[in-house]
Amino acid sequence: MTAPLIELKNVTKRFGNHTVLDRLNLIIFEGDITTIIGKSGGGKSVLLKHIIGLLRPDAGDVLINGKRLRDMTRKEQTQFKRQTSYMFQNNALFDSLTVFENIALPLREKTRMQEDAIKSKVLAQIDQMELSHDVMHKYPSQISGGMQKRVALARALITEPKIIFFDEPTTGLDPLRKNAVLGMISHYQKKIGFTAVLVSHDIPDVFFISNRVAIIDNGRIIFQGKPIELEQSENPVVQEFIRGQITLKDDLTGLNTKQEVMDLLIQEMDRANRLQQNFPVIMFTIDNMTQINKHVGYITAQRIVQCLSTLLKEHFGAAGTSARFSQNEILMVLPHTDIKEAENVLNELAIDLQKQEVFQAGSYPKACLSFSISAGLSTAKQGKDPDSIIGQALSHQKTIAHVECIKHGETA
Amino acid sequence: MQTGTDYMARATSAVIAPFNWLGGLFIAFIRELGAIAIFFTHAFCLIFSLPLQVNKTIQHVFFIGAKSILIILLVGLFTGMVLGLQGYYTLVKFGSEGVLGAAVALSLIRELGPVMTAIMIIARAGSSVAAEIGIMRISEQIDALDTMDINPVRFLVSPRIVASLISFPLLTAIFNVIGIIGGYLSGVCLLGINSGIYFYRIESNVLMQDISGGFIKSLVFGLIVSTICCYQGYFTHMRPGGFGAKGVSLATTSAVVLSCVLVLIVDYVLTSFLL
Repeated sequence: MTAPLIELKNVTKRFGNHTVLDRLNLIIFEGDITTIIGKSGGGKSVLLKHIIGLLRPDAGDVLINGKRLRDMTRKEQTQFKRQTSYMFQNNALFDSLTVFENIALPLREKTRMQEDAIKSKVLAQIDQMELSHDVMHKYPSQISGGMQKRVALARALITEPKIIFFDEPTTGLDPLRKNAVLGMISHYQKKIGFTAVLVSHDIPDVFFISNRVAIIDNGRIIFQGKPIELEQSENPVVQEFIRGQITLKDDLTGLNTKQEVMDLLIQEMDRANRLQQNFPVIMFTIDNMTQINKHVGYITAQRIVQCLSTLLKEHFGAAGTSARFSQNEILMVLPHTDIKEAENVLNELAIDLQKQEVFQAGSYPKACLSFSISAGLSTAKQGKDPDSIIGQALSHQKTIAHVECIKHGETA
Repeated sequence: MQTGTDYMARATSAVIAPFNWLGGLFIAFIRELGAIAIFFTHAFCLIFSLPLQVNKTIQHVFFIGAKSILIILLVGLFTGMVLGLQGYYTLVKFGSEGVLGAAVALSLIRELGPVMTAIMIIARAGSSVAAEIGIMRISEQIDALDTMDINPVRFLVSPRIVASLISFPLLTAIFNVIGIIGGYLSGVCLLGINSGIYFYRIESNVLMQDISGGFIKSLVFGLIVSTICCYQGYFTHMRPGGFGAKGVSLATTSAVVLSCVLVLIVDYVLTSFLL
């Protein structure tokens, strides 16, 4: 196992008589997206502030690359701070500076870049965040909450940090923008390769982008590990915690949770085994999600997911139970359905899907991109395990709807 | 017997209580002054850290200095005029209304100019500085600066101290000049003192020592006002009994009150040294 980048050892913090962190231990690895989840008021933000040094622990240590934060010289601390960015829960944008000045501030104060270079860099960042240029000269209080989040993200990214801390980056956003922000974080994380530490309670959305998850409860980390380990954890406290949080449906799509569908699949397979029946399982994948993110925008990408899931519900109705399997995958289980019937409905879906606005190339006048949705059908039958069924569905995938790149000026 | 001791103890504590309270208050005040002194030293040293924050300082000079000119002109004019009236009323009893010019000019340059200017700037700029920094504190903007490795004291406080050091003497000078003109208006134009005598008395009685004394005062006031207003805003969150907007309002109030009081106290001390 590689050495941890950040390690918290027995960190305790009290505010008056109230113990917020109680001998807390946490490990964060380089290059991961680590998500800290927990109830509100559970000390998540306090935990982040300890790592970055805004708060000091009453007892215990914060180790950065194996070195104690409190033993670091001023120079080393400065060096660590330069590599990090922090996105505050309430954005903490400078409200007396314009959006442009906000994003430019770290560059103006901390680098010796020329004003021209700063300007072009900030403009590039603003474009990437899908903020229009007229927003640039507005003040933070004049723009919407979602835009403020994006400005804060732009400000956090502008210095090209190695570690970014996100304190509830999606709180207060609608499901579409919530997923768009998460998509954005994941996209940049893959592109730039920073280490991300997220505090969130948007379960299960954050699981799709996290490499590691830690659960904080009553000032202690009760679980830390990969999301898949979390789902399989047998620790009763953890199980209870997840049940309490995950019963909510996916906000964006209104689909069921992954866990529910997997449970259903296993349960139905048992039944099918007993009755010697088969039933279909379909896996939908949106290909080229990164391209959509890059060329058209994070919100559009999420809108496509939303569109697909709405149509799924329309066509399959109550027969199918589906869940978001990962950021760009939807898994559907159709017990009590014949395979022929499923194929027919799938074909109808394909025709309908292609008619949707998001699949008209004319909807993207400014970008040249190609993307598609594929679906793969596999049969759950006796003697198979869920993983192999899903694997089979993935390998049988065919394109059911697509958009081809169209050059500027041409009509669809 | 026991009730007797109880009674005694209660009586003693009732006698001691006011002293306790007074002593506590005094210790808290001294502690606050100590904290302010450390804060000031920190901010003052950071003025010289490279690169110098010239642009930001100019912005603050514009806000603290240039934008205060109108109010200083207005207050200076009326202060001078009322000095002319009052001075004439007193001096005419001794038949020496000729020295009105000297009386107006000396009281303005030595005393009223620096003090009134300082109080006007506290009211106009000091309160807004405290509120602005206080809001930055409660909305985590100061923490944000910290996470960006931008020293908040250097970023927020140091340029304001420099700007105050530049603005206070200049505004005081404007106040003095307009005050002397105000005295001229009421003394000469309204009450009929000879205008030549008015200016002759000023020229012959005002020494360079008077002017430099006033100048030193205004510099010291500049330091006091900018430091206290920034300090109150900066530590809004440490204030007991006030959070959020309430904390900012308390910080602004105490910034104004404390800097006014300190300006007047320091004025007395400085005058006794400079006399």
